[in-house]
Amino acid sequence: MIYFDQVSKEYSPTSIALEDVNLGIAPKEFVSVVGQSGAGKTTLVKMLLGEEKPTSGKVFFESLDIHNLLPEDLHQVRRRIGAIFQDFRLLPSKTVYENIAFAMESAGITDEEIEADVSQVLDLVGLGSRINHFPGELSGGEKQRVAIARAIVMRPDVIIADEPTGNLDPINTKEIIALLRKINEFGSTVILTTHNKDVINGLKKRVVTMERGRIIRDDKEGRYML
Amino acid sequence: MFFITLKRIIKSGVISFWRNRWVSLATILVMVLALFMVGALLFSNVLLSSALSRLEDKVDISIYFRTDAPESEIKNLLSSLSGLPQVKEVEYVSREQALEDFKKRHQNNSLVTRSLDELEDNPLGASLNVKAKDLGQYEAIARFFEAGIFSSIIDKVNYFQNQLIIDRLSGILGASRQVGMGASAVLALVAVFVVFNTIRLAIYTNREEISVMRLVGAKNNYIRGPYIVEGVLYGVIAAVSAMIIFYPLTLWLGPQAERFFGGPDLFSYYLENFFEIFAILLFVGVFLGVISGWIAVKRYLKI
Repeated sequence: MIYFDQVSKEYSPTSIALEDVNLGIAPKEFVSVVGQSGAGKTTLVKMLLGEEKPTSGKVFFESLDIHNLLPEDLHQVRRRIGAIFQDFRLLPSKTVYENIAFAMESAGITDEEIEADVSQVLDLVGLGSRINHFPGELSGGEKQRVAIARAIVMRPDVIIADEPTGNLDPINTKEIIALLRKINEFGSTVILTTHNKDVINGLKKRVVTMERGRIIRDDKEGRYML
Repeated sequence: MFFITLKRIIKSGVISFWRNRWVSLATILVMVLALFMVGALLFSNVLLSSALSRLEDKVDISIYFRTDAPESEIKNLLSSLSGLPQVKEVEYVSREQALEDFKKRHQNNSLVTRSLDELEDNPLGASLNVKAKDLGQYEAIARFFEAGIFSSIIDKVNYFQNQLIIDRLSGILGASRQVGMGASAVLALVAVFVVFNTIRLAIYTNREEISVMRLVGAKNNYIRGPYIVEGVLYGVIAAVSAMIIFYPLTLWLGPQAERFFGGPDLFSYYLENFFEIFAILLFVGVFLGVISGWIAVKRYLKI
């Protein structure tokens, strides 16, 4: 479903974020990408979202070369990828409902469908009572649940979670990981980047380990080995 | 689909305008100042043009005829003169009228009155006062009299005595108009830049939001739309506010400006041209709001 074909990213000759990365991810897989800060995890995620262009190599989503798409097609691909970030990246001037509904509204989906789907995902993440609150009125864990709800509301094929538990306490971390597992069970591919050892060891899923822009391990039911 | 999207963009723009009301208020205040400047330039141009026109109107040239010039030839000259494209207005003063006017002017001077009574004949010739359409055209009119066919009946053309003053006045009026236009252009440009930067700054604070919108798959026009709607709202509210401010201001300043410049009453001008002035301010305000928003958002929409 996703394939990184000899991808390298060089910001400058002394700053190489990715070096010759080859990585394939199958549909419905749950893949954790681990590594210390600066290992290249976030660059990998940005490549997949079309935020960064590789210096060499190609990134494929199904058969589409992400960095050679027309803007119109890139919008379509992005609608099929839900993204969750460490800093939540919610729209501060929109309510919880509006944050989640935004992607659907921009896709031209009817109000009735949006209402039904947003209620459904809010129930799934347990935030039904916070529907009219603004992000500034929510705790860190609640914000991340809103971000998850926003990511899954379009029923994407892939969920990218870039350090989603980085700003959360252990209880919220557990709950967020449980949500990601549930989303994966519903059929979405999940790509999780983290350096939380307990999270990785508890998942018992595929682990890709990165170091200085290179993939150094790829274990099917791996553990945190750094 | 198109109308659903349009409705959502407008709704989103209005909601965002209201929720960020302090930013909106600050932007509108800046835009009101800019539009006030544009309006003030309109009014000052009206006053300046009126003052310059009045000054220009005071200039004319006089052609004095010999006392023995036959009236029929003078009438011939008058009809040829009226056919000149440069001529705006011609006033004919007959010998009798000239004598009458002279007597009226000197009715308290017994020496002059007595001297006139002693003369058997009218010593004054007929004359013409000619106004040109433009100050620069007086020379052409003067040349017409020099041409020769009428020189036998003409005693004096006072253009050549006043040429220096007319040329200097013409230069001053031209320069005043150019300075006025230049100052207007510079001030309008300053206003445009201030508004543009204010809107750019307001959008700069939303750059993270714009990048998130892109990441969730929103199209550029869907992201840009609400900012354009906000720009339109800034422009409309600022134009209405500026018009409201001009009402008491022109009411108060109007008579004083009229006394000082001898020009039109600004308040009457405001009322008579209300819709034209409002249309100009509305166009400038909305144009500025839309263009500033468009350019500022474009920067963050690069894929």
